[in-house]
Amino acid sequence: MLQTNLEHITSKEQLQQVIESNEKVAVCCGRMGPMCIPVYEIFEVLREKHPDIKFMDMEFDSPDAEVIRNLPECRTFRGLPFTVYYRNGQVVKATTSIQNAKQIKEIISEVLA
Amino acid sequence: MSHHFDVIIIGAGPAGLAAAIYTARAGVSTLVIDQSSAGGQVKTTHQVANYPGFIEPVLGHQLAANMKKQAERYGTRFELAADITEMDLTGDAKWLKVDGETYTSKAVIIATGSSPRLLNVPGEQELKGSGISYCATCDGEFYTGKDIVVVGGGNSAMEESLMLLQHVNSITVIHQFDTLQAEKITADKVMQHPKVSFLWSHEPRGFEKQGERMVIKAENLKTQEIVTLERDGVFIFAGMLPNVAILRNTGLQMNAYGYITTNESMATNLPGVYAAGDVRDKRYRQITTSVGDGTIAALEVIRSV
Repeated sequence: MLQTNLEHITSKEQLQQVIESNEKVAVCCGRMGPMCIPVYEIFEVLREKHPDIKFMDMEFDSPDAEVIRNLPECRTFRGLPFTVYYRNGQVVKATTSIQNAKQIKEIISEVLA
Repeated sequence: MSHHFDVIIIGAGPAGLAAAIYTARAGVSTLVIDQSSAGGQVKTTHQVANYPGFIEPVLGHQLAANMKKQAERYGTRFELAADITEMDLTGDAKWLKVDGETYTSKAVIIATGSSPRLLNVPGEQELKGSGISYCATCDGEFYTGKDIVVVGGGNSAMEESLMLLQHVNSITVIHQFDTLQAEKITADKVMQHPKVSFLWSHEPRGFEKQGERMVIKAENLKTQEIVTLERDGVFIFAGMLPNVAILRNTGLQMNAYGYITTNESMATNLPGVYAAGDVRDKRYRQITTSVGDGTIAALEVIRSV
């Protein structure tokens, strides 16, 4: 289990249910590594500023994380974390490796505003 | 809208958080601003084994979270994931614009730390995470059985290379000098490894992706000849740079590398402005030295406000 203060996604069924029942969802799929931790923590800060967006995480090594690992949008990714943004159940953006707060805020403005 | 604090601390790493613990506990109203989350480089360190008070190694992100909670306990206010767009540190009353709001204070402690140096060559930003990485523990296994390039010859580059050798088929180290700068014991392990070769006195000039492969162009610094390598991935460990982009044109005195110069009280050339931690011009950059810097700066602020 990831040691973050975000809500965790633990199964593919839960992810499906979350993206079906929330218009805007951001999922950071990673480990407790140096490229992933900053993204989780920025999500924690932005969660306060964007209550309309569901910010969650998922453990990269859990078998069910294949639903993120195998997304076409993540096919070329070679850097953790894989961060996926959903709107109305569809993937609207995916990023690989660390992103800083400014980059994440820009993505939110671009696809989840 | 304007908000006033006795002291504004820019940067929420160990130096900034240590300063905040001291100032807030002394009843000095304290705001900590960081463009990211709290913890600085410590939060991305897997385990910290040399911080006094912990018999067993402590997880870096746990140590960072504890420091933040300790500062919050004494009333420190935080503005995290916040962008500073403007500031004036020269007058008696300092002011900063943060996400459209104005914050004023009598004193400012700069503790913005340092970050891994980017090469700033074509393709680096675009291919981050898709062929270019900065973390062996994070991304090494994506390159299992593959041939990769490591850029750099310092401690980080060599320690990360040893980690990568658990996964990869081969490493070509591109280094700008003729010798490694890493500690001898680590450098020797890498140099003697049969899977490692070296491209000495070379610097990358650009990266491209062709299919699944990375094409790396590197310049021989002695002959200016460009060589082209084709590998599966590139790991870059090219040292650190001070985080001073937002501090340019503030009148702060910096050394030739951009580190802020201070006296032994952490005072900068601007009255009421202090610098602490890795952003300061000093010899040793450790969590403990950052905490020491932050403490000294805080005590000076407490005395002055």
